[in-house]
Amino acid sequence: MTDSAIAIDLAQTSVRALNERLHRLPADTNERLWRIGNPQGAHAVAAGLTVPIQIEIDGHVGYYCAGMNEQATVTVHGHAGTGLAENIMSGVVRVTGNASQSAAASGRGGLVVIEGDASARCGISMKGVDIVVGGSIGHMSCFMGQAGSLVVCGDAGADLGDSLYEAEIFVAGAVTSLGADCIEKPMTQADVARVADLLARAGIAADAARFRHYGSARQLYHFHVDHAAAY
Amino acid sequence: MCGIVGLFLKRDDAGPDLGRLLAGMLGEMADRGPDSTGFAIYGDAAPAGAFKATLYAADPAHDWPAFERALVAQFPIVGAPRYHGSHAVFTVRASETALRDWLAAHQPSVRAFGFGTRIEVYKDVGLPAEVARRYGLEGLRGSHALGHTRMATESAVTTQHSHPFSTGADLCLVHNGSLSNHNRLRQVLRRDGIRFDTDNDSEVAAGYLSHRLRHGATLAEALESGLDDLDGFYTFAVGTRDGFAILRDAIACKPAVLGETDDWVAMATEYRAIATLPGAAHATIWEPRPATVYNWQRQ
Repeated sequence: MTDSAIAIDLAQTSVRALNERLHRLPADTNERLWRIGNPQGAHAVAAGLTVPIQIEIDGHVGYYCAGMNEQATVTVHGHAGTGLAENIMSGVVRVTGNASQSAAASGRGGLVVIEGDASARCGISMKGVDIVVGGSIGHMSCFMGQAGSLVVCGDAGADLGDSLYEAEIFVAGAVTSLGADCIEKPMTQADVARVADLLARAGIAADAARFRHYGSARQLYHFHVDHAAAY
Repeated sequence: MCGIVGLFLKRDDAGPDLGRLLAGMLGEMADRGPDSTGFAIYGDAAPAGAFKATLYAADPAHDWPAFERALVAQFPIVGAPRYHGSHAVFTVRASETALRDWLAAHQPSVRAFGFGTRIEVYKDVGLPAEVARRYGLEGLRGSHALGHTRMATESAVTTQHSHPFSTGADLCLVHNGSLSNHNRLRQVLRRDGIRFDTDNDSEVAAGYLSHRLRHGATLAEALESGLDDLDGFYTFAVGTRDGFAILRDAIACKPAVLGETDDWVAMATEYRAIATLPGAAHATIWEPRPATVYNWQRQ
């Protein structure tokens, strides 16, 4: 990226004005690198982006940062509040600190990297997004996860993967408890390669062979014809 | 929604900026709770054997001089009362039970919002900026304070339904969330002598803590037993004479964030409230874990 950064100070500019400006960028924009200062915990910073630009946010953000992200690369140099990259479609969202609850909730695609810890419900209802967490995650993470991978270098809280569909979970540390219909599965060579690839893309150093693999037992979400009379 | 803020100054027993800093934090929580605003501030201690009582009368034309004459006839008071809006702070030589019983019997239009050696409690309908101005928050000093902005969900928008709720001498509680078993629990607690002024759910949580403390529990023990007995969603902040405590329920869907520097510990529903404090950008910031009691006390 050769462009010089466009600097926006959120102490001077409203989030609404910033987001409107970002939403108006055409796909072939030359304004490809943005540096945002003084977020002060503001909500919805850089939400709803649709073009391949790079956003660097210096400081802690509030709720729904980079929500619905498409194509853009957004980095928060700080912590993020509830709903980071909620419903992300593509692109990369990275937080150098911690993320609060429901990070990458219902994400359809793209990559979300949390270098620190994520709290409760990380990847809840994920639908294809890949999530890499450098630290640990809170309870009820990956609840009803449908597709995509959740890679956790630290520990996972209670009820991991409750009512899981086809999302895959990889945890290097301890798991407090597995949720309903979530089981440990064999860690195949293909799984090790998949985790190694995600760690490399996330820029997080960890030994992929140390991870354990969790997935759906597929007992909860299948319709059993033998039970037809019960419905 | 609702917003909670708490600020504990580590170095200063009577920080002259405490009220101003709390007002800044509360201002950030205005859109989480535009119905009413309240705060408890732990300031200068009353003389030995005396207690500060923050009293409230709904009627703006309430005859406080007549009230004062009646009070003095019953209990000795120290110094002159201070008046802020609909509130008056008296320093009185009386036990909490004696004062509350006397108010209930002889001054039913006056309520005690706070009672203790250091606590003062102010609350009213309106936005934080407005309530802070009405009660002179920026001029109040102290060691620590809690505040609340309310978006009412289950009971009326009145001054009395506002937070903080007093839970006993020098104790108060603010709550973000809702309780589902408060009616039954209120009945049980009433039978055991706990007094309630409203039909508000959070007041029941406050009464529950008072009840546990009265039966010998420490504050941490009382909060821990609350995890079993209080059904619903909550982030609680509880102010004590020397500090404050935080508890979130096990599901932890009600947000909370903590921040700490060498100078202060702060708690808020959202980081943007902490961001208003000096040095916030370099504070240690973390999220309190579910079902875990956090407690800061002055040594």
